[in-house]
Amino acid sequence: MSAAPAELPRWIDIGLIPVINICLALLVSGLIILAIGENPVEAMAIMIRGALGYGEGIGYTLYYTTNFIFTGLAVAIAFHAGLFNIGGEGQAYIGGLGVGLAILAFDSTLPFFLLLPLGILAGAAFGAAWAAIPAWLQAYRGSHIVITTIMFNFIAYAVMVYLMVNVLIKPGQMSPESREFAAAGQLPFMHEMLAGIGITVTPTPLNLSIVWALLCCVGVWAYIWRTRWGYELRAVGHNEAAAVYAGARPRHIVVAAMCISGALAGFVGFNEIMGVHHRLLLNFPAGYGFTGIAVSLMGRNHPVGVVLASLLFGVLYQGGAELAFEVPTITRELVVTIQGLVILFSGALAYMSTPWVTRVWRALLAWRAGAAAAEGA
Amino acid sequence: MPMRHDGDDAVVPPEGPSPPAPPAAIELRGINKSFGAVRANRDVSMTVRAGTIHGIVGENGAGKSTLMSILYGFYGADSGEIRVAGKPVHIASSHDAIAAGIGMVHQHFMLVDNFTVLENVMMGAESGPLLRESIEKAHGELTRLATEYGLHVDPGAVISDLPVGALQRVEILKALYRDARILILDEPTGVLTPQEAEQLFRILSALKERGVTVIMITHKLGEVMAITDTVSVMRRGRMVAERATAETSTEELAELMVGRKLKAGVSPRAETVGAPALAVERLCLRDRYGVARIDDIGFEVRAGEIVGIAGVSGNGQSELLEVLSGITPMTAGRIVVEGREVSVAKPARPDEMRGLRLAHVPEDRQRRGLVTAFTARESSILGYQRDPAYNGRLFTDYDAVDGHCRDLMERFDVRPPLPGIISGKMSGGNQQKLILAREIDRDPKVLLVGQPTRGVDIGAIEFIHQQLADLRDRGCAILMVSVELDEIMALSDRILVMFEGRIVGEVAIKDADTSTLGLMMANAHEGASARGGTSGAEPVA
Repeated sequence: MSAAPAELPRWIDIGLIPVINICLALLVSGLIILAIGENPVEAMAIMIRGALGYGEGIGYTLYYTTNFIFTGLAVAIAFHAGLFNIGGEGQAYIGGLGVGLAILAFDSTLPFFLLLPLGILAGAAFGAAWAAIPAWLQAYRGSHIVITTIMFNFIAYAVMVYLMVNVLIKPGQMSPESREFAAAGQLPFMHEMLAGIGITVTPTPLNLSIVWALLCCVGVWAYIWRTRWGYELRAVGHNEAAAVYAGARPRHIVVAAMCISGALAGFVGFNEIMGVHHRLLLNFPAGYGFTGIAVSLMGRNHPVGVVLASLLFGVLYQGGAELAFEVPTITRELVVTIQGLVILFSGALAYMSTPWVTRVWRALLAWRAGAAAAEGA
Repeated sequence: MPMRHDGDDAVVPPEGPSPPAPPAAIELRGINKSFGAVRANRDVSMTVRAGTIHGIVGENGAGKSTLMSILYGFYGADSGEIRVAGKPVHIASSHDAIAAGIGMVHQHFMLVDNFTVLENVMMGAESGPLLRESIEKAHGELTRLATEYGLHVDPGAVISDLPVGALQRVEILKALYRDARILILDEPTGVLTPQEAEQLFRILSALKERGVTVIMITHKLGEVMAITDTVSVMRRGRMVAERATAETSTEELAELMVGRKLKAGVSPRAETVGAPALAVERLCLRDRYGVARIDDIGFEVRAGEIVGIAGVSGNGQSELLEVLSGITPMTAGRIVVEGREVSVAKPARPDEMRGLRLAHVPEDRQRRGLVTAFTARESSILGYQRDPAYNGRLFTDYDAVDGHCRDLMERFDVRPPLPGIISGKMSGGNQQKLILAREIDRDPKVLLVGQPTRGVDIGAIEFIHQQLADLRDRGCAILMVSVELDEIMALSDRILVMFEGRIVGEVAIKDADTSTLGLMMANAHEGASARGGTSGAEPVA
């Protein structure tokens, strides 16, 4: 490729610049922590240690990461089709409902190895169905998907509250939760699986679904870049006129892309309901759907980037919780502020540092060229 | 090109060394500009005498537009000096350029569609926070400019209602309103009918008579010969020649531009034509407001002939190609391709039309012909992405795609021959060659081709024309839409002229000449009903 030196090499563009952006976010966070009279270096150390310093922390970090991978992939694949799916939250919620209903219906009759694919299929189907309605409205009725998906989040909340309080609640209790699944309907925890091969780790919510999350990354990558359907999906996302010329049907592709996106978001329910809580309950999506937007943005809508960004957000979630616990003056709100700053710098302000990085890079090239010339002389 | 203009006496060859020569309007000295490794301008020097029309010609990528962008302040030069009226100036933005009395009319008009002419003209040059005063001032000034230069446009008209010829006048008015004494026009006639172009040339002559200096970037050598006083030729970033127009010829200029001799014309026309490969009957297309964009047209294209569709852009040619290729469903009529009937009741989508061996090189390659964000490899199968040749049961075989792309690139001389390059980073000519290669490669029975050489440089034009002629000789039926009459005349066996969605004339190539076709394009030929709809077609002197 005739890469003009004015362009940054890929490793700077996708490697260094995100790191710089995170550092800037942490710098500003540090100033805020300083302003409330705490030691930012110490706070950072607590965060890192809390997230990665010991077995339990790592387990929680990876458990959060699992959810971010699902929602990040969901946003990414929609984005490749030129769609902005901000309904991951609702799709995760309804996906979880699907997982719960399927397991509640069959956990007494089917064995685990059948309930596992059933849970996956149910989460995917319900999440996809919830995304398909806004997609259909966009494709055939022209309702903007950003508006409809966010409205569908609210509808999902309301539907779930109604179902949990009135229909699915286990009789004779106050909290709106279903009965617990039978053992065959529970994903094994990571600590259980490791115990099986003789490794003892602290119990955490981390479970088998992280393996499924990584498989989904591979699947999404292959679908987008290695199949004819992914080709048409990207064509529609980049240039609908050219896609039509090529014989693709943008309406079908909009619906298909949103269904895949919704299915991926629905797997949050797979992790939470089948993997962690083992019952249907309220509020389990806990903002993962929205954070998925930042994850996808930061990961440049590429599965590998999504995994890395998910890890970062996992660290921020787990380390932040630890920080709020350890340092009384650093409240949960401040931790959310730090997360917000990371999203701001790596999402909204992602290209802020690019111009001066470019300038430094060019100066470096010129200096090197000069040095080489001097050496040659 | 018989481009006549009524100020022949104004085109005097450069005068000899007259006593105190007035300072040149523009003097560029040693301009250098690089974009990364690409040296767009290398040590370019140029002098434009005040009160002349100065042409700059060169192939795409020769550096003309870069040079003018430097002059207009879009880019800063890496080194070099700009003098305006003898004084060195520093132009860092278009604001500085305007202050120095330089105005520019871009190839793509920079107008706000839902504003009136008046609002567009005064935008950015308002005299105060309240508009009333500015409006009055602008109104007076527009009237003055209109009478002085023949730049007639209704100040109250909304831009989106105006034809292109008028839009261009608005752009010129914008520049003059900002007191431009030097006017740069970038490919000004690309979108005009011959009559509109002539009108533009009259305006330019009037400007010149009143002392305005005009710099015109173009690749149409006929126009350079007809209107300019002096012409500069650029090639690969360098200024390779400057000629007094009266002392040069189109042949010499073409050779200077390309740096070699060009072959004359394409291979001779095939003697025999075959059976109709594409038949169109009573075809109609109404848009969603019920306006007829294609209005009851019928024609045939036979195997082994090229039918050219001439017309001012916007008269239904684009829609015709889109309906024939299956992109837009027709609202009435029928199309017969290779014996298969396509109608409202039996529609066919683009992939089905492709299945009938109907290939389509779209008019707008950036918007339709390829996906600029895709690699060349991916763009080389656009439309054929489902072909079993490139697909396994699940996955696309990118090795096969890569081989296919390399093969096309080699046979059609696409440069750089790298399947991994991003399509949008290839030059227009190479993008077009890749698209043409992709469509021709399947040996289609029918080829629809829109604007085959728009924005493509001379060397590539020659190549593309030859490819089309070869394809015709192999028995393909070709329907070609072009706004370049020269191109239509060079390639077609028959010419259909479209005006407001109808076919208003058919001419066999042996009877065709530019002026008749031009009149047909404006629907002002004998037998045409009343006056044409475009206001660009004001009475031709």
